Amino acid sequence: MIPAAFDYRRAQSVDEAVGLLTEHGEDAKLLAGGHSLLPLMKLRLAAPSVLVDIGRLSDLSYVRANGDTVAIGALTRHRDLEISSVLHEHVPLLAHVAGQVGDPQVRHRGTIGGSLAHGDPASDLPAACLALGATFTMVGPQGEREIEAADFFQGFLETALGPDEVLTEIRVPKADGAGWSFQKFNRRAQDWAIVGVAAVAGSRPGIGLVNMGSVPLRATAVEAALAAGASASEAAAHAADGLDPPEDLNASPEYRRHLVRVLVRRALEEAGAA
Amino acid sequence: MAHARIVALDAGGALDRPGVVAVYTAADLDLPPVPAGMPGIPESMFRPVLAQDVVRFVGEPVAVVLTEERYQGEDAAEAVFVDYEPLPTVVDPETALAGGTLLFPDHGTNVATDFREPLDEHFFDDCEVVVRQRVINQRVAPCPLEVRSGMASWGADGRLTQWLSTQAPHSAKDALAGLFALAADQVRVIAPDVGGGFGAKIGPYPEDLVVAWSARAQGRPVRWTETRSESMLGLVHGRGQIQDIAIGGNRDGQVLAYRIDVLQDAGAYPAVGAYLPMLTKLMAPGTYAIPKVSASACAVVTNTTSIGAYRGAGRPEATAAIERAMDLFAAEIGADPAQVRRQNLVSKDFFPYTTATGFTYDIGDYMGALDLALEASDYAGLRAEQARRRAEGGPCQMGIGVSTYVEITNGLPDAGEFAVVEVLPTGTARVYTGSSPHGQGHVTAWSMLASEQLGIPMEDIEVVANDTDLVASGGGTMGSRSLQAGGLAVHEASMTLVDEARQLAAELLEANPDDVVLDKIEGRFHVAGTPAVARSWAEVASAAEERGGLRVEHKSSPSGPTFPFGAHVAVVEVDTETGQARLRRLVAVDDAGTILNPLLAEGQRHGGLAQGVAQALLEEVRYDADGNPVTSNLADYAMISATELPSFELVSMATPTPVNALGAKGIGESGTIGSTPAVQSAVVDAVAHLGVRHIDMPASPQRVWQVLQDSASHKGSE
Amino acid sequence: MNVSMHVNGERREYDVEPRTLLVHYLRDVVGLTGTNIGCDTSSCGACTVLVGGESVKSCTMLAVQADGCQITTIEGLADGDQMHPMQEAFREHHGLQCGYCTPGMVMAAVSLLVEHPDPTETEVREGLEGNLCRCTGYHNIVKAVLAAAQTPLASAV
Repeated sequence: MIPAAFDYRRAQSVDEAVGLLTEHGEDAKLLAGGHSLLPLMKLRLAAPSVLVDIGRLSDLSYVRANGDTVAIGALTRHRDLEISSVLHEHVPLLAHVAGQVGDPQVRHRGTIGGSLAHGDPASDLPAACLALGATFTMVGPQGEREIEAADFFQGFLETALGPDEVLTEIRVPKADGAGWSFQKFNRRAQDWAIVGVAAVAGSRPGIGLVNMGSVPLRATAVEAALAAGASASEAAAHAADGLDPPEDLNASPEYRRHLVRVLVRRALEEAGAA
Repeated sequence: MAHARIVALDAGGALDRPGVVAVYTAADLDLPPVPAGMPGIPESMFRPVLAQDVVRFVGEPVAVVLTEERYQGEDAAEAVFVDYEPLPTVVDPETALAGGTLLFPDHGTNVATDFREPLDEHFFDDCEVVVRQRVINQRVAPCPLEVRSGMASWGADGRLTQWLSTQAPHSAKDALAGLFALAADQVRVIAPDVGGGFGAKIGPYPEDLVVAWSARAQGRPVRWTETRSESMLGLVHGRGQIQDIAIGGNRDGQVLAYRIDVLQDAGAYPAVGAYLPMLTKLMAPGTYAIPKVSASACAVVTNTTSIGAYRGAGRPEATAAIERAMDLFAAEIGADPAQVRRQNLVSKDFFPYTTATGFTYDIGDYMGALDLALEASDYAGLRAEQARRRAEGGPCQMGIGVSTYVEITNGLPDAGEFAVVEVLPTGTARVYTGSSPHGQGHVTAWSMLASEQLGIPMEDIEVVANDTDLVASGGGTMGSRSLQAGGLAVHEASMTLVDEARQLAAELLEANPDDVVLDKIEGRFHVAGTPAVARSWAEVASAAEERGGLRVEHKSSPSGPTFPFGAHVAVVEVDTETGQARLRRLVAVDDAGTILNPLLAEGQRHGGLAQGVAQALLEEVRYDADGNPVTSNLADYAMISATELPSFELVSMATPTPVNALGAKGIGESGTIGSTPAVQSAVVDAVAHLGVRHIDMPASPQRVWQVLQDSASHKGSE
Repeated sequence: MNVSMHVNGERREYDVEPRTLLVHYLRDVVGLTGTNIGCDTSSCGACTVLVGGESVKSCTMLAVQADGCQITTIEGLADGDQMHPMQEAFREHHGLQCGYCTPGMVMAAVSLLVEHPDPTETEVREGLEGNLCRCTGYHNIVKAVLAAAQTPLASAV
């Protein structure tokens, strides 16, 4: 219930945050909304000795249309994504998915950057970003670099974000008018997805999977089938191909494989993606 | 560790941590094990206040760390190291029964209580049809929103005052007095606002005793509030039965014989949970006039949290079993489940009715309840809709579940409750009750009862409860007893008080007491026919002051328990592609006799319904094979939320009981008892056309899907 | 470290450990014990308060994160003896029994109405997905919130 003690630093800028991370190394963690980190710390599953609070960097909270992409500041809260008129117009899938994360109280604090940096395969936003072909910008001591979402999630709760880097921006291609769907299968509305599917159709179709492996995943077998002209149900039959879904309280791997096939089919049908 | 010998315990590191005042283990406490409080449980199975030599479930406290401030405690506790030598773990009750590994070797068996009856081999001989089924009534967690919390403080006079989140402050007081060898008046227990109990906060826990002991050892007040994760392990769990049912009858729908075998999981240290299967046995036949009923039960210990009297306590288990049996029988003979029930219900003309298991039900109209529920839900319309959907063959199918139930309330040996009613010289009244309200609304309800007799407005009546210094005795609030025992006491005491006041008013009016009446609207005493000459309550009470005041102390003595009953209809939708079941409607008829306050009664029904639905669809406490709990927080344990529930459709029915002057039965547990089988039945019904006859609880998506797979492959192999 | 915030309109300033959870700051340091703690996994919502007018689980926020913020707790809803319309609706519709989840439930409901001024029953249930109750079965809570939605100023703080 009570986190282990830590030192607290508030960063006034991204550069200051990077500096603090560099100074304290592996012992330091960034604090944004805190809704991935604090629950772990309260159960003492994480015990960083330094927290670098970037929650006040309001410059990193924005949703802007920018040519043929939408740029989202990493510290934009789920609630702000949920109601963003820019997202509703250009990337409605993302607005919808943000509105499905946790519950209203969580959405008032949690940020997209925090969710992505945590990289939980059971989180909704990573799957949506994978489906949308998002690009992430990170700032570290060596300066700024970009990475495709597809390359960002590298292992269980391990991302490409270095221990001295700050995720600053997420860019997604506009998907005006493209069909989309988010299938979140859970027991209670506040629960993590047992399995989830984020799908976007149109010129850049993509399908992201929630809780089907140790990392957020793209349903590449399904995408390949669609590209080869398969129907929704034909493509969905491949949804579990090559995957090693986890076993937990709510689902066996076998049940997850079955669920993902059903949910992918439903997502493709709703998105009109075949 | 679920089962291990404590080889060594090193608290040295903890003692050095900031703010640590002391660390205690069993060796430091001079306290005896806690009596199980139930007849027949041997001393060798009593729970030590802190684990002594052996731990028997994950969550059993082995040490207590006292710190000046809350935040220091978790830091210091991390520095207490325990060296365990693992022992074989028994989690499955059948394995426990087989006795390969004994939790209490001195006792020689894992059986804690034994109510077993042999089955006559000819029991079902006269039945054309016999259906057998194993049914799991799974372990659940009560989850009151407030976890256990308390504080103990010893006065310089050696008097103990303890604040406890409890449903029974007087029982706690007796336990503490006994433990510390104190006279009863040397202990005061106060239950301040208690954030829910549901049967899990009836007796003081060993932890509460440790808090009291620590306060005495330190000479300073000590307080403790557990975390939810600790509570999921330390607060008693509910249910936990493996049931083998067999029902036999004729193809025309008449049920002739019913047998239930119960294997109760008692948890590591048997307490009231080990006794509940006796209630399951006694309530086995439910609402049905079954000529032959045979019930057998025993409880075994396992390396898990103890089972306690969670809302319903033995009766939901009985009802769920007989209702499953009726559905299976109906399916076997190809009859409508509502019709088969109607055919076998005890008729309302036969009350008081003594069942084959020996309980005498006071009054009931089970057919009336069933008819009301079927009508309110438009059962025929629901079946038509179901048929239409089945014909269409879409993935979302509809299921309808019907249950009828009867249950026992106020069934404890001491069926009475204590009350004091007094009127003060100010003309206001005060009621002292031995009940222990924690959300049931007794302040409102007892004020209503007193007001009705005294003619004093409710806002001028104060109700005092939950402090053993202010209320001399009490049974607490559980078992749906408070109105018929506690409210009755207030009602009767008020009437007696009016009589005494009338005598005194007569003196003041210089009239014959027989001629003096109480005008309940004005709250004044006058000679009948002469209302202008009157004495107010204030005047009478003032006059009574020198005689010790206007005050009646009373204990009610109802002749026995009462048996509320009802019928529920549940409508669910099952997504046959995913196995996800959603509750769409829940129609509930709950007859608890005369209703005193409809709003309070409905609230009790709502809460009970939600918990009943939760057991059918969502909640389950699970352990892995090594006895490690895997649902020990509110993220993993799927405690039901608003999004899984519809608004409920409550139907009124009130058949007054002759057992007490209020005509009232208990209502607190009815909702839970009737809804679980109705919802379980509805889920099975939704996929019955696909060959499914039974689905265990909770009917989780994976479980439903698996049953559908098994059924399809079974068909495929035919 | 030094943390200051406005709690129910009053500025409060105290020195606390950085790891102090906002809920403990409010209860144990500021002394407002109306906000309750029901779990340790951010599941139950009993600790819900308003931060800048939005519902937040105060158990999942550090006091230092709330430095300089406007906090409203359950104690800040009523206007003297006059109950807030949401409190009045809960009372009228028997939306509480033991009352333990109630402060968090009421705060979450107030925030819900700010964002959904005229919610359907489904929107109310979904809006309260982060708040658990064991006593009421949610039935009367939903009734209370729907009734409050028809009352002026039910989302005002």
